[in-house]
Amino acid sequence: MTGTATASHFKQNAHAALQDAALQKALQHVRANFIDKRAKAVARLPEFDALRDSARDIKDHTLANLDLYLEAYEAKVVAAGGHVHYAMTAKDGVDIVLKLCRERGAKAVTKGKSMIAEEIGLNAALEAAGIDPIETDLGEYIIQLRGEPPSHIIAPAVHLNKEQVAEDFRRAHRDLPGDRDLSQPVQLLTEARGILRDKFLSADIGVTGANFLIAETGTSIIVTNEGNGDLTQILPKVHIVIASLEKIVPTLEDASQLLRVLARSATGQDMSVYTTLSTGPRRPGDPDGPEEYHVILLDNGRSSMLGGDFEDMLRCIRCGACMNHCPVYHAVGGHAYGSVYPGPMGAVLTPSLIGVKEGGQLPNASTFCGRCEAVCPVRIPLPNMMRHWREREFERHLSPAAMRYGIGFWAYFAKRPALYRLSTNIAMRALHLFGGAKGRFAWLPFAGGWTRYRDLPAPQGATFQSRWRAKSGRLN
Amino acid sequence: MKDLALIDIAQNPGRAPIRVGLFVTCLVDLMRPSIGFAAVKLLEDAGCRVHVPSQTCCGQPAYNSGDRAATKQIARQNIAAFEDCDYVVAPSGSCAGMLAKHYPELFAGEPELAGKANAFAAKCFELVSFLVDVLKVTKVSARFEGEVAYHDSCSGLRELGVFSQPRQLLASVEGLRLVELNGADVCCGFGGTFAVKYGEISDAIVAQKTSNILASGAPTLLAGDLGCLMNMAGKLQRQGSDVAVRHVAEVLAGMTEEPAIGASRAAALSAGAPN
Repeated sequence: MTGTATASHFKQNAHAALQDAALQKALQHVRANFIDKRAKAVARLPEFDALRDSARDIKDHTLANLDLYLEAYEAKVVAAGGHVHYAMTAKDGVDIVLKLCRERGAKAVTKGKSMIAEEIGLNAALEAAGIDPIETDLGEYIIQLRGEPPSHIIAPAVHLNKEQVAEDFRRAHRDLPGDRDLSQPVQLLTEARGILRDKFLSADIGVTGANFLIAETGTSIIVTNEGNGDLTQILPKVHIVIASLEKIVPTLEDASQLLRVLARSATGQDMSVYTTLSTGPRRPGDPDGPEEYHVILLDNGRSSMLGGDFEDMLRCIRCGACMNHCPVYHAVGGHAYGSVYPGPMGAVLTPSLIGVKEGGQLPNASTFCGRCEAVCPVRIPLPNMMRHWREREFERHLSPAAMRYGIGFWAYFAKRPALYRLSTNIAMRALHLFGGAKGRFAWLPFAGGWTRYRDLPAPQGATFQSRWRAKSGRLN
Repeated sequence: MKDLALIDIAQNPGRAPIRVGLFVTCLVDLMRPSIGFAAVKLLEDAGCRVHVPSQTCCGQPAYNSGDRAATKQIARQNIAAFEDCDYVVAPSGSCAGMLAKHYPELFAGEPELAGKANAFAAKCFELVSFLVDVLKVTKVSARFEGEVAYHDSCSGLRELGVFSQPRQLLASVEGLRLVELNGADVCCGFGGTFAVKYGEISDAIVAQKTSNILASGAPTLLAGDLGCLMNMAGKLQRQGSDVAVRHVAEVLAGMTEEPAIGASRAAALSAGAPN
């Protein structure tokens, strides 16, 4: 995880995000766009829900036999002339990339979009080693210019408006004529493409992530909409794939099933524009391809999720549908999470990566509305897993004291029905007298968390149970 | 299991009235008993005998705060309290979802209790879906003049599939016109303790909701969960709106003489209660 993680400051981050007018404008776009497009794509495919079941089953089967599939995958990569490196930690992953770069005297590295590279903080490490990392996905390129982390796992610059991007290009691209029109997205794309073309050609090494790694063939698959991934992995002499363990699937057929739910869930496309398969380095007679092909398999806490409360999270195929449908993400955007992975999937995964002490805010910041689970293409029970983190927090006495006392106080009564009925009846009658004339409270002691933002209705007076008892002469 | 029970009732109208335990929910019990009485009326009109065992809360605040031990204790208490009832019905999708979906999960791995929790869960229902799906109620005899917007509360919608049932029964209310509410299935930002723990975010979410409510033009907002209703009513009132907010059961039962949620009796009288 990068050193900039601020997950423990979620509340402060969220406060800043809510005051940020440009961000709020950009977030409207998330609300408006992704949801509709996914819904339409799903409506066009009657078997979509059956495909989700199948996708879940494929991933569950793979996770149950992960060791076997990893071995089979490695054997196939090696047979195709590639190399497999295992990285237990983020630092191991970085060190392997740096070693490969140093040994080859690399000066410039092009990168396809990779969340794993973000997770291990690869760009910062490359820069520190005097190597120039060049992001080639348009969104990643933009946030790299701005020195920002991605705010969304598939749309890294979704927090920005096109005017902000035009400004960034004018600042960073020194040869750009001042009168060039950059008011339309396509003009921004053309401008970035012009700059990136030269960089593709001069890169020594290309680093990509992987959406799937196929055990049957030793193939890595990436999906993109810009084709930048192809240029990243074909043009340089060395292609490094960096992927986490759970990206393995048994067969090409399995991968194609997962692809059917991936793009539909992510962007509402039937398929991404490019689905690129690479198997080993260039063979004799191949028209193009790298001379060397390396795969770095990152664990970074994942193997410890196997067999536990959080194993289901390893099914995640990184479509982003959970955040696209999350009211909290819509309100505060991805940066507020202070983690590489935002939204509901990030709220579950982050504490696994950085610990519940640092990351515990995130699984708490959910209304449990369940929309994330309802749209997840691999049916991950995200709210349940966020609740598991809250349980861990509670067990370890990490939850805030006020919350613990509040819940403890309430539970004391909830566990004693007779006392509860008596005391609530008195309290509600009193509150009714106090606020009944107006019907609500604009402020109430101990309820500031509520009344700061909204009025609190006054109770109607005696409780239902006391009225029922009076009416029927008994309680039962 | 639910299917068997369903056939039982639907095909044996002459049978002794079924014994429904009303799980009134702590919010209704404390804040708005009139919803509880509306639920009783709807159930009795449909031929049920309603019982109200001594009760407190479904345990959700503890459950969602990670306090599993307290939750289990409360769950055991509820399972025992409603043992004699054929069904347990709550005027809340959230609390019914807790009883029907989360109690079994709570005791998974404890064979003896899991059996009890599963049997209990199978007889728990949200009020409106119970009326329609189990009791086969197709219409109500109530009158309510004007347009209403309906918000789908999250747990009812996504855990229990409560969507068409309230719309079906509302369509039978004389004088009532249901208008489209944009984003009706989007969370209102309540989320139980979330509303207080993350008040500022909750506020931003409910502000989206109220702007959709206001855009619908309906003078009345209905939903099936008092927590969500209090959140939306509280925000609307803070914004100076006079949209009346009520539980769907109040309208279905024709019991709208109480002031709307958070409204004063004086305001209700001067506005002329729409019934």
